[in-house]
Amino acid sequence: MKPNGNKYAVRQGAVLFSEYAPGSGIKKALEIGRENILLELRESKLKGRGGAGFPTATKWMLVAAAKSEEKFIVCNADEGEPGTFKDRVLLLEYPELVFEGMLIAGYTLGARQGIIYLRGEYEYMLKSLESYLEQMKEDNLLGNNILGNPNFNFEIVIRLGSGAYVCGEETALIESLEGNRGEARNRPPYPVNTGYLGRPTVVNNVETLASVPHILVKGGEWFRTFGTDKSTGSKLFSVSGDCERPGVYELPWGTKIKDLLEIVGAKNTKAVQVGGASGSCIPKSQFERTLAYEDAATGGSIMIFNESRNMLKILKNFMEFFVEESCGQCTPCRVGNVKLLEGIEKIERGVYTFGHLNKLKELGRTMQVASKCGLGQSSPNAFLSILENFKEEIFNKNGYGGHNGK
Amino acid sequence: MLVLEKNSLTEEVESLVEFYGTERSALLPILQAVQRKHKYVSDFVQQEIARLLDIHPVEVYSVVSFYAFLHSEPQGRNIVRLCQTIACDLAGKEAVARAVERELGITFGQTTKDKRITLEYANCLGMCDQGPAMIVNDRVYTHLTPEKAINILNEIK
Ligand SMILES: Cc1cc2nc3c(=O)[nH]c(=O)nc-3n(C[C@H](O)[C@H](O)[C@H](O)COP(=O)(O)O)c2cc1C
Ligand code: SF4
Ligand code: FES
Repeated sequence: MKPNGNKYAVRQGAVLFSEYAPGSGIKKALEIGRENILLELRESKLKGRGGAGFPTATKWMLVAAAKSEEKFIVCNADEGEPGTFKDRVLLLEYPELVFEGMLIAGYTLGARQGIIYLRGEYEYMLKSLESYLEQMKEDNLLGNNILGNPNFNFEIVIRLGSGAYVCGEETALIESLEGNRGEARNRPPYPVNTGYLGRPTVVNNVETLASVPHILVKGGEWFRTFGTDKSTGSKLFSVSGDCERPGVYELPWGTKIKDLLEIVGAKNTKAVQVGGASGSCIPKSQFERTLAYEDAATGGSIMIFNESRNMLKILKNFMEFFVEESCGQCTPCRVGNVKLLEGIEKIERGVYTFGHLNKLKELGRTMQVASKCGLGQSSPNAFLSILENFKEEIFNKNGYGGHNGK
Repeated sequence: MLVLEKNSLTEEVESLVEFYGTERSALLPILQAVQRKHKYVSDFVQQEIARLLDIHPVEVYSVVSFYAFLHSEPQGRNIVRLCQTIACDLAGKEAVARAVERELGITFGQTTKDKRITLEYANCLGMCDQGPAMIVNDRVYTHLTPEKAINILNEIK
């Protein structure tokens, strides 16, 4: 089955969903040379689309500068954040952009191998991706002496995940590639120095890599004409929940939440969860805010909740997610998420005290600083933002101590 | 286990190791291949993989136990995973879940008596715009209703 396969013709957008001739990115790359590629990328001010927003040019320059016999380009296609599915669309409908982005990275940084870490849930894409790679080999876009350039050799392999959200975290991903449990490593050292098999490694999100060919062909300056000063270009938003037209939308960074809701046909919206379960919950009073790294940041997940929804139930669903997905390595996250979930269940049953809840909020803030990786650092976000922004609903609806949601 | 069966499993693991190599990084692809075919990775197979990769069996077990999609106990011939995350929940996952349980006579986490189906929950499958969603082995089904889900399950062998 090909989910969304029929939508190709109707997709439109400023960058990723704009016209592109397959092969033109890598040809341009070979024409201008390594240094200019990095300069163009820096000019574009492209930041990572996987969530953390690290400047892509800086990451590439670090790997370019690292001295090593062997380097790796890893495409992070683990896409596990609840409410995110834009990488699915890119991989199914625009594989040429993703693969070419990896190829350009390989050329620029002197890596000979690219690895796509594809989440196990996307195994159904394997056939189409592999046949596209075969095609690229036939077209001499992969393999040895690519496009007739002696010593430019690059191959791409696909590796599958096995159902662990934390493996999207770059160091856990590398552990997983190396055949271990997907447990996050201490950082530093960063993958740019000590990555896959201890070698300098670029780990980039699918969308980040897919942006690169467009930037090379049309220029970093052109890219910067979209978005805001600090968040350049456009972004793919995965929109789900209560709206008429869920799906993937390419919009410039800086779009107001209010305007996005209008575009997707959302009515009677009470709240928008921006950035998935690990993002934060934005109430109606803040819909003037913009989607941007400097305001409401997101790796792309936008989940819409209308007036009929019970925010406590939503929060509970998020916390159950984190309890299951914590890798269990460090205590703040392993124990903390369970405690937060227990607190929610107490509110549900009406047997909480505010003294206890205040302690849990403190615990949440401790988790944000004391957890080892981004999972535990961000899992309290929903807890803190939903309890704060919807306290009226959660605590007043049925009177203090009432049986919420029943 | 019969000796014959053991021999054939050993051969199978040997050929996987030949294909994927003996480096530690080959472990996950090997386990995934076994899981795909047998729906679980038995103790015996884990020991054989450990032997051929020259690592301790506990290492193999610790990896198997970490990943949600790898099992160390026998499963049904088909593994059905219904998304339990919020977008699918809002779209009506609960009704689908209850209908499926009723139809199969098992609850989530269980396998039917005839070993036809193991029923599990999964977290977000990346189909949130088309929920409720489920994966049967590696095929994705979207926009489920109780009726549609039951029809799909009744068709698998
Ligand atoms: C728990 C957790 C899960 C993550 N999942 C993903 C993911 O599925 N895809 C992704 O690209 N980045 C994910 N990240 C971010 C990666 O660690 C990393 O920052 C990113 O792949 C870097 O690529 P970029 O600079 O192109 O964004 C995750 C981070 C954490 C903490
Ligand atoms: S924060 Fe959570 S997921 Fe990250 S290392 Fe600690 S226990 Fe594992
Ligand atoms: S929430 Fe079910 S597929 Fe994402």
